[in-house]
Amino acid sequence: MKGRSISFGIASGRALVSRAPIGFYGGIDLKTGMVIERGHELQGETVKDKILVFPCGKGSTVGSYVIYGLAKNGVGPRAIVNERTETIVAAGAILAAIPCVDGIDLSGIETGDMLEVDADAGTVKHV
Amino acid sequence: MLLSDEQKAMLDGAYGETVRRLMRLLARLGEIYGAERMLKVESAQISGVSYKSLGEPGLDFLRDVAACGARVKAITSMNPAGMDLEDWRSHGIPEDFANKQQQVIEALCRLGVAPSATCTPYFTGNLPRYSQHLAWAESSAVAFANSVIGARTNREGGPSALAAALCGCTPGYGLHLEENRRPTMAVDVLTELRSSADFSALGYYVGERVKAGIPYFRGVKSARIDELKALGAAMAASGSVALYHIHEITPEARLLATARLDSIAVGRREIDEVYSRLNTAERPDLVVIGCPHASLREIVAVARKLQNKRVKKPLWVCTSRSLKQSANAMGLTRIIEQAGGQLVADTCMVVSPIEEMGFQATGVNSAKAAHYLPSFCRQKVMFRETDELIKGVIE
Repeated sequence: MKGRSISFGIASGRALVSRAPIGFYGGIDLKTGMVIERGHELQGETVKDKILVFPCGKGSTVGSYVIYGLAKNGVGPRAIVNERTETIVAAGAILAAIPCVDGIDLSGIETGDMLEVDADAGTVKHV
Repeated sequence: MLLSDEQKAMLDGAYGETVRRLMRLLARLGEIYGAERMLKVESAQISGVSYKSLGEPGLDFLRDVAACGARVKAITSMNPAGMDLEDWRSHGIPEDFANKQQQVIEALCRLGVAPSATCTPYFTGNLPRYSQHLAWAESSAVAFANSVIGARTNREGGPSALAAALCGCTPGYGLHLEENRRPTMAVDVLTELRSSADFSALGYYVGERVKAGIPYFRGVKSARIDELKALGAAMAASGSVALYHIHEITPEARLLATARLDSIAVGRREIDEVYSRLNTAERPDLVVIGCPHASLREIVAVARKLQNKRVKKPLWVCTSRSLKQSANAMGLTRIIEQAGGQLVADTCMVVSPIEEMGFQATGVNSAKAAHYLPSFCRQKVMFRETDELIKGVIE
């Protein structure tokens, strides 16, 4: 799958897929990487070392710092794959040096799939 | 993307490594989102000020940036902190948290950011004008600046707003361009909106449906500034709405055609559904008014209700330091305190560690607060209009 490169780098790992948008501030715990938003489909899951797949971001503009902080605390995702990455997620991923690609049709990706994200080329593939 | 000589020099490192890193972030965002050029920024608002939301990595980042010796190039204000910066001890804020919080404020002040500590910069000295280009973070302020004032800003993240303030420019894409400010969905409001909480519930409902789109409201007969503040804040919390229009109320609405838009209708049933969904408590341990920060009019209204009364539960009214000073001078702070309440400056409940202060259920008049309190402060929530909340805690 070919999309657009948001934040450069290459990573592979297991997909964690949310069909709903993710708000990082108040949605994911900075220290553990656990999804804590009440009622969110990923509540209780951890983003640590996952390829985090979700359609788009939502919520607070502090989200960029949460993404940066997750990476610095060693509990961030290995890569991010979106349908459409907005500024808040993009700025966080770029500062945190987390590879990030958008413009991807997420319907073919399920939680647990092994993915390789080449954000330099803007590609996502199953391995 | 077209860059000026000075912007190129920033990218080449002529102003040091930190400025280079920040300019590179702006240039990269411009490339991604198809900006043709950088725009001069007239005003900035920084989010990511509370130590609770930044954590240690965020503080480290700000310390690094502050060490570069650069100054902001446009008027720049900051979001609420995690505590009242003067009265934190009496609020029971832990000493080590306070120490870290002061370090965040000091780092931002070194860069020339005003220690305004409010999510309503437009009430306290950072008021842009129609069609100016801004780099504002703080989702509720973004919605206000774009919609109520007609200024132009994207929903910046905390770091990209800081980068824009220090580099003096922001990439010209998205809501900076007129063609991207047209509505994507019409919303027919079929019920009378009776309070700020009603506007907030309406916003929560619409934000969930319009997501990152631009709603155009029809059928809203009147709206105060405070109600518009509440509406935008809720839409930015349940969705990521950065701009809305209201027929005959917001400045760009009359420039826009809505005849061909898809539409949704919102009546009392939809609004009540939001109330019942966000309500998880009947008896709050704490009542907080002021998300976004209370305006002077809202402080006056609360003080009137509390005159010669006593509250049986803690009641906080959150606002900016500068409006608190006005309230002090007007005798409002004294009325609120004599009733047993507090006028809290510089902070709000969502960004302060209230779950560590023994509170389990909070009463609010804001859908935005009701949205964030359960996950961020482990609170149950009572979401009601202000009058009902106050009536419920008066002895």
